[in-house]
Amino acid sequence: MRQHSSYWAFVVHRVSGVALALFLPLHFWTLGSALQLDGSLAWTQQPLVKLGEWLIVLALAAHLGGGLRVLALEFLPWRDWQKSLAAAAAALTFAVGLAFALAL
Amino acid sequence: MTYKTQARLWIAQRASAAVLAFCVVVHLVTIIYAVRNGLTATEILGRTRGSVAWFAFYSLFVLAVTVHAPIGLRPVLSEWLGWRGKSRDAALLVFAAFLAWAGMRAVLGVFA
Amino acid sequence: MKVSVKRGDSFQEYEVPRQASQTVLDVVMYIQRVLDPTLAYRYACRVGMCGSCAMMVNGVPRWTCRTHVDRVIEKDALTVAPLRNLPVIRDLVTDMREFFDKWARAKGQFSGSQTRSDEFERVPPQSEPRQLADAGIECIGCGVCYAACDVVKWNPQYLGPAALNRAWTLVNDVRDRSGLERLRAVSGDAGCLACHSHVSCTERCPKHLSPTAAIAGLKRAVTKAVLQGDL
Repeated sequence: MRQHSSYWAFVVHRVSGVALALFLPLHFWTLGSALQLDGSLAWTQQPLVKLGEWLIVLALAAHLGGGLRVLALEFLPWRDWQKSLAAAAAALTFAVGLAFALAL
Repeated sequence: MTYKTQARLWIAQRASAAVLAFCVVVHLVTIIYAVRNGLTATEILGRTRGSVAWFAFYSLFVLAVTVHAPIGLRPVLSEWLGWRGKSRDAALLVFAAFLAWAGMRAVLGVFA
Repeated sequence: MKVSVKRGDSFQEYEVPRQASQTVLDVVMYIQRVLDPTLAYRYACRVGMCGSCAMMVNGVPRWTCRTHVDRVIEKDALTVAPLRNLPVIRDLVTDMREFFDKWARAKGQFSGSQTRSDEFERVPPQSEPRQLADAGIECIGCGVCYAACDVVKWNPQYLGPAALNRAWTLVNDVRDRSGLERLRAVSGDAGCLACHSHVSCTERCPKHLSPTAAIAGLKRAVTKAVLQGDL
């Protein structure tokens, strides 16, 4: 029952959303604090932090892709190839994730 | 909470989503650009401090996030944690307030 | 083959001979008529028209009379359970009352204003509202979509795909006069806005309807009504 693409799209969208909601307070706080102290962000060079950054960017891209899919489903005229939207969302996520990984 | 408020929350969620789609694309491009060109924190701040356009953009970003994240969490809390009612909504309001405060603090730090 | 049937809190196993073109309903009927007369289950037409025989087959809601064993059997074994998300009366029989109560709560009833002495209302079959309504009116209330929906599982108040699909057909019925009342009924946390577009309902509907499309339509109608100040 849960083996179809739209269901996975939902799970990815929700999990990435929760991850972002947990990360953002930390992100805002760190930016606000570090810059007040003296702009010292040297600890962000550690590999674990870099991996974390990549995962966050991936989560952001995944959530954006999934969100565009939902907006399309809800507000655009209905078509029967809705499943392609899930695929398009996944492709977008992958592309962004790759771009960021190459940049790191 | 009346059905009217619930409907308004849903609409605000979708509207903020549309705003965020734009903001996130700009943000991702900017971040990837900065990382690819190996910009240091000092260099980034040199470009961002005093910029009215960036300040306005990221303030809009923070506002959209403050609306979108708490409303987005609302069904997750009820559906997966069984947390419903006034206490859940009050907690989400507190979360929204924190996001707004911490977000603007960061925006002021980077762009003011 | 081994057939595990959910009875109460546990599964009971039966050994059932395989036949050509056997359906899952054939299997259940064999168990009750030959092996264990105490098994309770529902069916009526047995030809895919009434929806009474809907059950969970290997974890998926289906019409058992239209499910060939060959298509769903896994390693010579089958699991049959009552429809999900509904209280169980006994064995494979569920209590459908809540399913239909939600139908009523979603204002899934037609409410007109003409009498027999008025002229017929003219509804062009090719008009957009009529086509939208026609796309959803073949629903026979079998409950498969309701069983497939995870939001129904997670949110006990959620009206569900069938009720909302019916509400949408009525929103598009130009003869109906309780449009705003209906939109109010489907606009809360228990209504169309709770749908997360898993699309499981559309995946499983044996009549190939799309409650997801109907619910998307309701979302747009509710949005429009709120923004215009009608709601």
